[in-house]
Amino acid sequence: MKIGVPREVHENEARVAATPDSIERLIKLGFAVAVERGAGEKAHFSDEAYRAAGAEMVTDTRALWAQSDVILKVRAPERHPGLGVDEVDLLREGGHLISFLWPAQNPDLMQRLAARRATVLAMDSVPRISRAQKLDALSSMANIAGYRAIIEAANHFGRFFTGQITAAGKVPPARVLVIGAGVAGLAAIGTAGGLGAVVRAFDTRPEVKDQVKSMGAEFLEVDVEEEGSGSGGYARVMSEAYIRAEMALFAAQAREVDIIVTTALIPGKPAPKLITEEMVASMADGSVIVDLAAEQGGNCAFTEPGQVVARHGVTIIGYTDLPSRLPTQASRLYATNLVHLLAELCPGKDGQVVVNMEDEVVRGATVIRAGEVTWPPPAPKLSKAPPKPVTASKPAAPAHGKEPARAGWGSALTLLLGALAFLGVGAVAPADFLNRFTVFVLAIFIGYKVIWSVTPALHTPLMSVTNAISGIIVLGALLQVSGPIDSLVTILAVVAVLLSTINIAGGFLVTQRMLQMFRK
Amino acid sequence: MSQGLVSSAYLVAAVLFILSLGGLSHPESARRGNVYGMIGMAIAILATLALGAVTASKVIAVAMGIGAVIGIIVARRVVMTAMPQLVAMLHSFVGLAAVLVGFANYMDPLVQHPGVAERTIHEIEVYLGVLIGAVTFTGSVVAFGKLQAIITSRPVLLPARHWLNLGLLLASLWLGWEFLQADPKGGLVPLTVMTVIAFAFGVHMVVAIGGADMPVVISMLNSYSGWAAAATGFMLSNDLLIVTGALVGSSGAILSYIMCRAMNRKFIAVIAGGFGTAGGTTAAGVAEGREVTPISADATAQLLKDADSVVIVPGYGMAVAQAQYPIAEITHKLRERGAKVRFAIHPVAGRMPGHMNVLLAEAKVPYDIVLEMDEINEDFPKTDAVLVIGANDIVNPSAQTDPDSPIAGMPVLEVWKAKTVVVMKRSMATGYAGVENPLFFEENTRMLFGDAKASVDGILAAL
Repeated sequence: MKIGVPREVHENEARVAATPDSIERLIKLGFAVAVERGAGEKAHFSDEAYRAAGAEMVTDTRALWAQSDVILKVRAPERHPGLGVDEVDLLREGGHLISFLWPAQNPDLMQRLAARRATVLAMDSVPRISRAQKLDALSSMANIAGYRAIIEAANHFGRFFTGQITAAGKVPPARVLVIGAGVAGLAAIGTAGGLGAVVRAFDTRPEVKDQVKSMGAEFLEVDVEEEGSGSGGYARVMSEAYIRAEMALFAAQAREVDIIVTTALIPGKPAPKLITEEMVASMADGSVIVDLAAEQGGNCAFTEPGQVVARHGVTIIGYTDLPSRLPTQASRLYATNLVHLLAELCPGKDGQVVVNMEDEVVRGATVIRAGEVTWPPPAPKLSKAPPKPVTASKPAAPAHGKEPARAGWGSALTLLLGALAFLGVGAVAPADFLNRFTVFVLAIFIGYKVIWSVTPALHTPLMSVTNAISGIIVLGALLQVSGPIDSLVTILAVVAVLLSTINIAGGFLVTQRMLQMFRK
Repeated sequence: MSQGLVSSAYLVAAVLFILSLGGLSHPESARRGNVYGMIGMAIAILATLALGAVTASKVIAVAMGIGAVIGIIVARRVVMTAMPQLVAMLHSFVGLAAVLVGFANYMDPLVQHPGVAERTIHEIEVYLGVLIGAVTFTGSVVAFGKLQAIITSRPVLLPARHWLNLGLLLASLWLGWEFLQADPKGGLVPLTVMTVIAFAFGVHMVVAIGGADMPVVISMLNSYSGWAAAATGFMLSNDLLIVTGALVGSSGAILSYIMCRAMNRKFIAVIAGGFGTAGGTTAAGVAEGREVTPISADATAQLLKDADSVVIVPGYGMAVAQAQYPIAEITHKLRERGAKVRFAIHPVAGRMPGHMNVLLAEAKVPYDIVLEMDEINEDFPKTDAVLVIGANDIVNPSAQTDPDSPIAGMPVLEVWKAKTVVVMKRSMATGYAGVENPLFFEENTRMLFGDAKASVDGILAAL
């Protein structure tokens, strides 16, 4: 089948749905790929690079849409400003479309796509389960947005992020508060920390505490016991008492911190208002707020989607296109997510797309199938943190409860018998034998202590070196070899000398050979 | 050279041997330790030769010359995957030498005893030395044959084999009694018959033990060869032989114990043999209605590229396929990309203790990223990708979850806790223990079917 990658037409959209790398991998899956001329220009992928990767370059937009079985896009279809037609109408009847779509927000678009009898997979509807992580474009884009949020904040912030002590005076580090420790929040924490800021973070879901700490930030908590985890890794709406405590925490923090990054989203609802007008007014002059929820109305009272505004001396950044501001990186990650999705759709690697509705990942992503709306999908089976895993496995052998006591008696008995036997031998055996026996027993104990300290990695050299030194039996043979040359004793002894010398030479040499291989 | 000087030389040699084994606690000190061992051996041999009693210097020079040349050639030529065979062969030499020295000593007309008690004790020593040596000899030969695939590595079980063993033991005891009752130098017949019985016993014991239990067998034979040397030492009243034999004997015994613990099995149960022949169908129900997810070499390479931390779990399959070199190259490439790559070694992976470590060292994998099971098991939840190569039972979760499983309670590598596990396997066949492995059906497991070497080469090419 043929995959088409058109140029994005949304205003200021710089991303593209395929990169030369991803095209190579799509071709390996058996697809033919056509790319609209100039599609990767803003993301700095040249037409030549696409052609070198094996893509066919198409100038005519209509022809590209018409000849492609599968269209890969970033943004949902919209009115094409150059051609004056809607992209939905460019899509071939019964064709496939894979892009961001936001079906809940765009019911009208869904209807028109269904009318084209299209099969549509929405990258924003990929279920958030472990197996689907590699095609989770929301996470990829959120990661970029979080990074860029800090970069934008730094751009509007009049000071260093890192603390310094210079000849010209002491510079305090910037204090950053991140609200919502999802993918974007964590990326923001990491980036701010990397620049040297002191970072603290808040989230209603207690299970992210460790993740926040692992990124080097302080995790803020409120004193109200409530579980904030909803399904699919998102947060849910909290109780009133909790929200009151939370708002008090934010108000206190606003007076302390220099930069606030908000990422709080609840699926299917407008973003919660967390930073009120009073809080903004209480912030120090020159502070910066980056609102990553701007597209859903914003977490801050002053946020204007897509704009940068200044209120009470605080800069409030409401950009909605942060991933597009890092077009090369964003395109790379998004294109890789798409390749992974197509690999799921094309198990035979024969360039044929099979929409297998039994597959949980494919089922979740598919919002329209051959003109039939299949959104919303049934609820996903598990979230990232299953509630209290049930430990069914018991210790394997509970019946052996009496064992240690019995074993203790057993070993005591063995010791006693051993001591008695030894006394018995001592009563009759000559002193010479007992001396040797003493040496023998002490040597066993030395061996026991020494061998336990051998590192398991060197067990094979241990065996070969013990092989070599057990060749010491050569001494016994040497002592008997001096009889008449034709006597049986001498012959046996000579053979024994030969055999044990093989052991000595072979054992030591092969040990040396092995030990020389062990290196750091 | 006076007896006193020889004794002190022996003491020095014994101390050097102890230092030699002690050096193996770390790879850095191990090389120095090996040199200590060589010096100790040289001192011991020179001191013995300097004794007035040893006169046949030409014969000795020829015999030792030939032996040394053979030893050097073998040590140079052997490939690291064949180390278990070499070790088994060297064990057999010690066993045979002990038998020969025992016979020679018994027949030597110069050996005289002041009293009855001395003579009885000496004859017991001879008898025991020959007995242990003979069992070690044939046992090691059979082990060698199994490892070299000359003899089938499946357990060969004779009917009523435990009774047979008991009969052989009783016969040996009875022959020992006859031997002690015989005139001085007249006990050659019972001694010879006993030797034949011990040969048969050695064969019978090892032939009943299956391939994957070889680490225990090799360690056990290692131990026996030490006891044989110690018994010879008693026989010859030679303290150095006793000390060395005791060191080697306890070394082998500890290794056997470690191996048995790693399989959660009793030493007696392993030696009794026949594991893996019964109960093979008990856990088959696990797989019903569940499917495995296959993966290609290319996709595996991509997975590894995307991973920040990778753990590789090698098993005997890696040794068979000689896949350690491409594995080492994959490791090198991934490390260059900044990924954290480590190896997880189960104590019984391979056919002898430490087998995997030697193979990886040969392929120039740095030893500080090759970790033991206990060191790495708790890191699996933080691992992005695990690559299992030719291992099965040592990564089987049913050892922990299914109390009825034949391998229940065996410590295993908890690979299923990692984000993704890629298992390289020839087919869906069960492992040595004949137990179905639920790991293959886990949601985060991918199966890479095919020959291990081909699969690994494929991954390397795609990286």
